[in-house]
Amino acid sequence: MAGIQKLNRLLAKEFGGRISAVPERGHLALRGESADWGEIVRAGHLAAKHNKSAGVVNDVHFTGQASAPTRLPCETDCSLEGASPDVLVIGGGVVGCAVARELSRSRLDILLVEKECDVALHASSRNDGMIHPGLDIRKGSQKYDYNKRGNRMFGKTCAALGVDFTQNGQYLCFPKKMPFFVLYLSLPYWKWMGIPAKVLSRRQLFAREPGLHPALHCALYFPSAGSVCPYGLTIAYAENAIENGAALSLSTAATGMELRDGRITAVHTNRGTVHPRVVVNAAGVFSEEIAAMAGDRFFSIHPRRGTNSICDKKVSDRIARNHCSTLLTGSSKGAHTKGGGVIRTVHDNLLIGPNAEESPEKEDFSTRRESIDAIFAKQAKTSEKLRQGQIITYFTGIRAATFEEDFVVRPGLYTENIIHCAGIQSPGLTAAPALGVAVAKMAVQALEAQSGETVQPNAAFNPVRAPIPSCARLDDAAREALIRENPDYGVILCRCEEISRGEILAALRRPLPCGTVDGVKRRVRAGMGRCQGGFCGPQVAQLIAQEKGIPLARVRKSGEGSELLFGETKAALREEGEDA
Amino acid sequence: MQAYYDVIVIGAGPAGLAAAIAAAKTGASVLLAEREKRLGGILKQCVHDGFGLVRYEEKLSGPEYAQRFIDALRASTAEVLTQAFVTKIEKNGGRFRLALTTARGMLRLEAKALVFATGCRERSARQIALHGTRPAGVFTAGTAQYYTNVLGQMPARRCVILGSGDIGLIMARRLTLEGARVLGVYEAKPVPSGLPRNIAQCLRDFDIPLHVSHTVTRVFGRERLEAVEVAQVDDNMRPISGTGRKIDCDALILSVGLIPENELAEGLGVTLDPVTQGPICDQNGQTETDGVFACGNAVHVNDLVDYVSESGENAGAAAARYAARERRFALVKTDAQFLYAVPQRIDLAAQPEAVTVYFRTREERGKTRLRVCCNGQVLLQKTFRQLRPPEMERVVLPLKGAALQPSHGIELTMEGLL
Repeated sequence: MAGIQKLNRLLAKEFGGRISAVPERGHLALRGESADWGEIVRAGHLAAKHNKSAGVVNDVHFTGQASAPTRLPCETDCSLEGASPDVLVIGGGVVGCAVARELSRSRLDILLVEKECDVALHASSRNDGMIHPGLDIRKGSQKYDYNKRGNRMFGKTCAALGVDFTQNGQYLCFPKKMPFFVLYLSLPYWKWMGIPAKVLSRRQLFAREPGLHPALHCALYFPSAGSVCPYGLTIAYAENAIENGAALSLSTAATGMELRDGRITAVHTNRGTVHPRVVVNAAGVFSEEIAAMAGDRFFSIHPRRGTNSICDKKVSDRIARNHCSTLLTGSSKGAHTKGGGVIRTVHDNLLIGPNAEESPEKEDFSTRRESIDAIFAKQAKTSEKLRQGQIITYFTGIRAATFEEDFVVRPGLYTENIIHCAGIQSPGLTAAPALGVAVAKMAVQALEAQSGETVQPNAAFNPVRAPIPSCARLDDAAREALIRENPDYGVILCRCEEISRGEILAALRRPLPCGTVDGVKRRVRAGMGRCQGGFCGPQVAQLIAQEKGIPLARVRKSGEGSELLFGETKAALREEGEDA
Repeated sequence: MQAYYDVIVIGAGPAGLAAAIAAAKTGASVLLAEREKRLGGILKQCVHDGFGLVRYEEKLSGPEYAQRFIDALRASTAEVLTQAFVTKIEKNGGRFRLALTTARGMLRLEAKALVFATGCRERSARQIALHGTRPAGVFTAGTAQYYTNVLGQMPARRCVILGSGDIGLIMARRLTLEGARVLGVYEAKPVPSGLPRNIAQCLRDFDIPLHVSHTVTRVFGRERLEAVEVAQVDDNMRPISGTGRKIDCDALILSVGLIPENELAEGLGVTLDPVTQGPICDQNGQTETDGVFACGNAVHVNDLVDYVSESGENAGAAAARYAARERRFALVKTDAQFLYAVPQRIDLAAQPEAVTVYFRTREERGKTRLRVCCNGQVLLQKTFRQLRPPEMERVVLPLKGAALQPSHGIELTMEGLL
């Protein structure tokens, strides 16, 4: 155990004896306490660097301000009591939904549980939607492998699922007067990495991207970069899984597990106890908690926040036609701050960001002015035409990073019938199609090993999902035909994104239930434009009430407790009178 | 339904209604296209009174004011298309080609002249860099007004209002009357943005405190708004650290400015004035693009509907008379005391006799003399007892007989008087 001694010497030197490493069965654990979260994260990274075992579990007690407890759904019922699915997928992010969909190719009883009221409410909706070529990933890592495979699968997957995907490449721009040939010297490296790349002179770069900062000198162009709507893809995976027989239970959290002889025998949820044969852990920032429930905790998640801003699409063309970022020399302090960039989303907005901030909070999605100031100051080097006044919205997402900074895609270390798909951070979205296939395969192998029987294919499997028509993107003839068939497609309710009443109603009638204003927004973009739902919000709320047969006062923005209204005007006055 | 109109007016709020009526009066063929189901624009939800004081010397509610125009429109030859959304406009030779989406299918129409009466939208929470969480309960004042007045639903029980724009002040009173508690109105600027009459009638009369030089710095609550943090701001409107105070509330109503909606017009290459955010217009409401007219709040945000109607009538009548010809402009120049003046230029080829100019002062001022000069000749002098940014002022320039040349700007200056 010379490695451990060396690590403990380094830890002692760095953290003055407050943190030490202890080998556990098949992993390494960090012990101690610290009031400095940054110190705890650094210790984790240091341990991961020197660790030879399966993973680093960071048990260093944080004595700073206590984190908010995990938010759990309030509803309880028995709708899942006694269910015994072949596979229980925990987590309705893009990976969990992709796994469920890929599993539905086989004749299996599949149940996916998601603790939030919709799929894609955490990292899968809070990212930049970029499909990465895989520039800054270590060759040989799981990230590298799945990113590469996922990138290649994207076009075909999105075509089948009816999800918009563009693949127009990414420009990595160089600000300094770097001799042109230096970029050519990097080409063998990209070839070795398996990433198509091209060198562009200043003239070539500006012919393609005239809105960039004039000080930029040359660029590398990576044609395999693309854009997708991340929650759109997640919803499409979920809907296709349901169409192919998978069950999906929203507002359902795994709260505990029972184990016998190294196997999960029961999973407790707020909707009853489930007895799955195999469990897939796709719980994002909570994948460590799920692993702990399963007696299989050999990695730790340290949440890393990232904030993105979205600009009015009317400024897009004069700034960046595709993804553009600048190599910012000396500005990225940590190894995990990539510096972000200017991303052209699949809906033609520019998205500026993200940054990276370590935080103990796993569900604090609040934003801060300083993050956006810093991001815009940085990206001014990419285009001096960027202005904060162009912002229409911003959001924060939380990356589920392990200290190894790699994905954990494997069967359990100590527990037999769990498959982890954990530590999924960027480029998790790019990797998702490949992760879905790989994890589904591992789950099938685990089932076959258990029963000794071959899992049969689902003969009725249909990989094609019909999307909600997007009126504004149709040509005139197709739009005309659609309106003739259903006049609701001719009534525009969201003026900024040109979304019709027909599209909103369609969103409320899909296989995956949707009955919130934000849910409609993620499905058809009503409220995503420059007025941010000021005009269409009440229209959407009325359609939800009408479609679900509920009073307006029960229509929610998002989760439980997010009702928009307090009831009728005069009624509220009467109540107040009675109280007094 | 015909395929060609002399004038197509886009938007049936107060400006568009007035424009369509005025255009039809000249004998031109006119179509008024409205994306909503009902005519009247934002007036539909303005149940308070005070509309029409200038025009009718009466205090009407928004719907009553709109109804007078709707009645006149129905009596005119103008055609009306509701729930019709303009999706595309192209200029083809001397004509505009429009594509409209309606429940009856896609319509393709042509027009000689267009009038944009597209109004404005509210600045949202994100556009004023409001940070913290993103719960339910943060509404722009207009959206809250729609919920309250059109749907009869309460958006708030205990609320804070950020911004002292008129709609925010009106909503402070409205929500109070409906039984909500309005804890205060917070305004980042050192002076209120709304009209003094609204400060008096909506806040003072209801004991609602107004805190100037204060802003909301943070929003709390994951699902529903639970609290906001307010803080004092410095001269640059940046929060002063240590002055923050948390206020428990279930709604935050934003009245933080209106932005003229000109995305459709921009698609035709119409240039916008960076200050008004509306098209640069001449005295006829004609933009830099020939045949494209604009009026009402799409040009600049007005505080009285009466002037919106006036600008609509002006642009509508001019659009009906429109014939392609060369324009020769004299620029309207203002000194630094002005926030803006509209129109930004005067077409001399039209041989104007009298031109109405609307302007706002940049800062609150006492007794002030406005002087309008051209090439050293004083066209007009007028003394104002006081000038305030929330109050738009209007003067009519007598241009008949004035020897105007395109090279001569028309200069507006302000001079403080004791």
